[in-house]
Amino acid sequence: MQRILKTLLSRPEITAIIMLGLVIIGFTLYAPQFATYANSRVMLFALPELGIIVLGVGILMIAGEFDLSVGSVFALVPMVIVVAVGRWGFDPYSAMALGFLAALAVGYVNGWITLTFNIPSFVTTLGMLFMARSLATVLSGGFPPPFPSELPIAVFVADLGLFRSSMLWFVGFALILGITLHYSNLGNWIFATGGQQQAAADMGIDTRRVKMACFMLCSFLAGFAGMITTFRLRSALPSLGEGLELQAIAAAVIGGTALTGGIGSLIGFIVGTGLIRVIDNGLVMARVDANWFRFAIGALTIVAVILNIWVRNRARRMH
Amino acid sequence: MAEILREHVLPKDRFVQPGPNALIRCVGLEKWYGGVHALVSVDFHAESGEIVGLVGDNGAGKSTLIKVLSGAHPPDAGKIYIDGDEVQLRTPKEAMARGIETIYQYTAMVPAMSIARNMFIGREPLSRFKIGPFGLMDRRTMVDHATRSLSNIDLTERSPDTPVEELSGGQRQSVAIARAMYFKSKLLILDEPTNHLSVKETNKVLDYVLSLKEQGIGSIFISHNMHHIFPIADRIVAMARGEKIADIMKSDTSIDELTELIV
Repeated sequence: MQRILKTLLSRPEITAIIMLGLVIIGFTLYAPQFATYANSRVMLFALPELGIIVLGVGILMIAGEFDLSVGSVFALVPMVIVVAVGRWGFDPYSAMALGFLAALAVGYVNGWITLTFNIPSFVTTLGMLFMARSLATVLSGGFPPPFPSELPIAVFVADLGLFRSSMLWFVGFALILGITLHYSNLGNWIFATGGQQQAAADMGIDTRRVKMACFMLCSFLAGFAGMITTFRLRSALPSLGEGLELQAIAAAVIGGTALTGGIGSLIGFIVGTGLIRVIDNGLVMARVDANWFRFAIGALTIVAVILNIWVRNRARRMH
Repeated sequence: MAEILREHVLPKDRFVQPGPNALIRCVGLEKWYGGVHALVSVDFHAESGEIVGLVGDNGAGKSTLIKVLSGAHPPDAGKIYIDGDEVQLRTPKEAMARGIETIYQYTAMVPAMSIARNMFIGREPLSRFKIGPFGLMDRRTMVDHATRSLSNIDLTERSPDTPVEELSGGQRQSVAIARAMYFKSKLLILDEPTNHLSVKETNKVLDYVLSLKEQGIGSIFISHNMHHIFPIADRIVAMARGEKIADIMKSDTSIDELTELIV
């Protein structure tokens, strides 16, 4: 019994799961409209777009690095796609390939600069936050370009009842990345690289390549999520996703991912994302002024980290 | 200063020479770090099942020599032979593939990861679900071998799923040694393995090194504590200012003589 409890409490996502349960119960009691089919739809429609970003941000954090540029990449990639089809005459799939290439390039540059000059990724990606946003704005030509009708919107955002097809992409990414992170040797290298880089390197892991891969994955997923949002809105806005990087990091942290690297879980990413979406929606349903949303997310982030550390230490002392 | 040290250098012709079947033999190793000449034409060797004590003050070049042998920092010049074949040790992976395992002062463990995962970092056994070098880990094999290794080092009360951060320094060092033993190394490099360990834990580490000798595994044991090295070493190599200043069988010297030489 003691052992099961210890194993349970050692899981990084445990506090987030409990908090999510409490928040759902709370909103269900206080906001009668919260736990309805219609409202679940609203929540599930928006979940994948943040969730896909959090997968990349969280895995990169486990590898011991940080990406503040995801919000800007979220705008840049769909801008590339829309402009490529609308102004440069690309067919839709080549345009999407070009967009993802741009995302991978941003990730590569983030990683290359960080690792080559040995500077904090916080700084590199802060710079990239501005640069990628600027590129998106320049590409747009100052106003949102017309949305080309030939883009394959249905594959990504078709309404399937309780959720959109974006949910299937999110689940697909989550499954593949979850298995990779927790059950493959590559996942072991990611945890080792973020947990104790010197040890990983001394045991023969190419930590530079591991981090590069995580940077590129993170940018790719941010761009993919931005594409989904743009397809849903049918409009490529240069200002899309401003501040999203902080929400994504908050979701990962709330889900038990350590800022110092080496600790985190895929379930944590999902539950952290869920908490943010539920609170965002629940506050509206409970008729609280929507401007309290950021306050709630901020407070939750701090409380989650304190609880995570406390629970972790408690679990460690148990036998 | 250099002159004073040189007075203590044994005549080079009195250095112990490698046998015909030396496990590892290095000739004329050179290493520069910027303007610092960290290894000055160092010859070094170890025989199978031999325990070589490597001593010297801080900055003497011990760590540099170890980094060269473990593949962490390739030498600028010089040759390395393993079992008579010339080899390049460009990365830790290459050194490990040649049977050289290094145990670091800080144990080279990832604290938040389990014992089983730590034992196989970078060398995870894979299941049949794999693509190229990537694949799903064979968790059962990992746990089985970790469990067996834990019983070899008398840590049976610990589950292989225990995070390494819950182990004491000595227990971590034991796991690191168990890891090296599991991968059937020929040569074990122990870099200050007894630092921060209690007397009891230190004795345990020393016992392991002796038991490895019985299995024919050679060891290079680095320590600033002559009293840890001397009882178990067969031969002592002393370094100063990047040079080898002594290479002598333990039976031909004494703790006092060596201490005087390197301090």
